[in-house]
Amino acid sequence: MSESVPGPAPEVFAPHKAPVSPPQASEEVEFVQLLTPEGERVEHPDFTFDLDDEAVKGFYRDMVLVRRIDSEATALQRQGELGLWASLLGQEAAQIGSGRALNKRDMVFPTYREHGVAWCQGVNPLNLLGLFRGVDQGAWDPKDNNFHLYTIVIGAQTLHATGYAMGQQRDHAIGDADNGEATIAYFGDGASSQGDVNEAFIWASVFNAPVVFFCQNNQWAISEPIDRQTRIPLYQRAAGFGFPGVRVDGNDVLATYAVTQQALRRAREGSGPTLIEAYTYRMGAHTTSDDPTKYRLSEDLEHWKLKDPIARVHAYLTRHAGLDHDYFDEVDAEADKVAAELRAGCLALPEPELTDFFQHVYVEETPQLAEQREQFAVYAASFSADSEGEG
Amino acid sequence: MTKITLGKAINAGLRVAMEKDPKVVVMGEDIGKLGGVFRVTEGLQKDFGEDRVIDTPLAESGIIGTAVGLALRGYRPVCEIQFDGFVFPAYDQIINQVAKMHYRSMGKIRMPVVIRIPYGGGIGAVEHHSESPETLFAHVPGLKVISCGDPVDAYWMIQQAIESDDPIVFFEPKRRYHEKAELDESVPPSLPLHQAKVLREGTDATLLCYGPMVKTCLQAAEAAVEDGRNLEVIDLRTIAPFDLATIFASVRKTRRAVVVHEAPYSFGPGSEIAARVTEECFYHLEAPVLRVTGYDTPYPPSRMEDDYLPDLDRVLDGVDRVMGY
Ligand SMILES: Cc1ncc(C[n+]2csc(CCOP(=O)(O)OP(=O)(O)O)c2C)c(N)n1
Repeated sequence: MSESVPGPAPEVFAPHKAPVSPPQASEEVEFVQLLTPEGERVEHPDFTFDLDDEAVKGFYRDMVLVRRIDSEATALQRQGELGLWASLLGQEAAQIGSGRALNKRDMVFPTYREHGVAWCQGVNPLNLLGLFRGVDQGAWDPKDNNFHLYTIVIGAQTLHATGYAMGQQRDHAIGDADNGEATIAYFGDGASSQGDVNEAFIWASVFNAPVVFFCQNNQWAISEPIDRQTRIPLYQRAAGFGFPGVRVDGNDVLATYAVTQQALRRAREGSGPTLIEAYTYRMGAHTTSDDPTKYRLSEDLEHWKLKDPIARVHAYLTRHAGLDHDYFDEVDAEADKVAAELRAGCLALPEPELTDFFQHVYVEETPQLAEQREQFAVYAASFSADSEGEG
Repeated sequence: MTKITLGKAINAGLRVAMEKDPKVVVMGEDIGKLGGVFRVTEGLQKDFGEDRVIDTPLAESGIIGTAVGLALRGYRPVCEIQFDGFVFPAYDQIINQVAKMHYRSMGKIRMPVVIRIPYGGGIGAVEHHSESPETLFAHVPGLKVISCGDPVDAYWMIQQAIESDDPIVFFEPKRRYHEKAELDESVPPSLPLHQAKVLREGTDATLLCYGPMVKTCLQAAEAAVEDGRNLEVIDLRTIAPFDLATIFASVRKTRRAVVVHEAPYSFGPGSEIAARVTEECFYHLEAPVLRVTGYDTPYPPSRMEDDYLPDLDRVLDGVDRVMGY
């Protein structure tokens, strides 16, 4: 073999132009849906939503609050208070539905957009801002709320989740659908292409680990549409790895709850992993540094706005649970309050101390690092000494 | 002659390389319609088509592993890794496959692969977006590692890298993407790819730098004039292989050297340079070779990066120390 082997003419090299296309419009998409975009309940043979309207009210409140937290954080970024923000706009139902299906002892491995799941787990939203403001890289203790640190390297956490689930299995924390433990890993459609994610599927499968893989297919990985990641619906991949996969309407909070609850119960009772593909849409930019007008059509966004996850619950609660303005106003007022607290808290986040970045590199600090910290402190202090001398 | 930014210069260089050789293909995440997250590949897909400017799945090991296959088939892939911290899923492919193929095949296979990595800090990013992992590649036999410090070099070095039959990791100083300079495409490059450039002649000490630190060191040299110091500034341009001849000649003249880089202090490129200079120029040296670098910590949250990164003051402090012997 040699480098001089002639290749085909460049124009022949077009493997991705073969005439197969994955389903594009959601109309063609088969998924589990229990609440239509119009706010009507529908039946599904395999999944039922078994909570009452009080619970639906709670989901509504959750979604409104996290949307408000999200828009406040976006505003804070625009005002220069955060370096970056990854918005969850449009993905509230996927996150609240799945997040509310978790039991206290289940463990969550998020990526960097799971603000709604963090909310369900009781993580203070303010703690999420530190990473994006640049004062820390995750100020919460994952053990406090069973919510691991955000993971920015795409897909890495799916393996951590699988290993954690293997630990739960070894510790005999499974075997009971209600009281056992499970793990859930969140990731995006883009992440499904990573080796790590595929390795996680294999490990979870062969060790029958109690892990739920929750993929939010928001149709985009920055500028790349879903058909640059897969030729078949993502949930169908599970079959090839040897566990069930299910696609759910990711904008339907009742359905994401029902589907996730069933998958978690399966994991807790010891029946192994499930892949859930929550079919949804990223309504905003990928992050505040992204400009989606470069790569996607505004019609798509308009189309998806009709499927808004919050509007349909609003419609349901108005029409079928007899709620009037008062309830919605109350929730809005609460959202305003949460947002105001978030803003004030963000502005009050303490700036790191001068030598903070030397902390926690090791449990037992090395002499070399201690010396560097010392030298840095002396060097930094020399400036204030100078200015005092001059002033 | 036009003023051009470093980012646009790489874009222009890629364009020339693609026009010259139909076997050059550019591949990476978001490089097509979006033009890359830093817009370095902007417009290329529109002009060269989706077969030559390939938006890849989100899989770095896949990007480099398939580039190996394309290279085996006679193509010259130019791969973009979106950010420094995301190269590691591909690290195995790079160090075990790309770097060793020529050696393993006893010279029968060539790997003309270029791996472009926007690198370094100073842009206020979140974690994994500001790393300087050049040593991790420079230490691997079979790879060549380069970085550009200004738009003119960027324009020519990307073309020279693509023409090279050896695999090259090209570290692009992302915080300098918007720096501008005059570029005259009709003037051929003044230096071959692996030669260092004396940017400023001086007599008192030599500043050795590359990539994002080139500008910082030039500024430091200007500022040092006020202290009556005349510093020589060398842009290494190439990290593996180092251009030792240029470094030695300068240090023999100035007798003092400070190496400046963003990567952590220990086991960084500065360590290697200091060792080589000490071995070769021992009797010329008036002071040990000093290093002004990042610290031996992970890259910190962005509110602390100004303290972590070598800046003008820290470079001048290094100069003070090296002059103090
Ligand atoms: C290993 C790795 N490669 C590249 C990136 C840069 N990057 C950040 S987010 C992103 C797209 C992720 O898409 P997806 O997995 O669909 O999740 P989404 O952001 O849409 O929720 C990319 C390419 C990264 N963070 N990690």
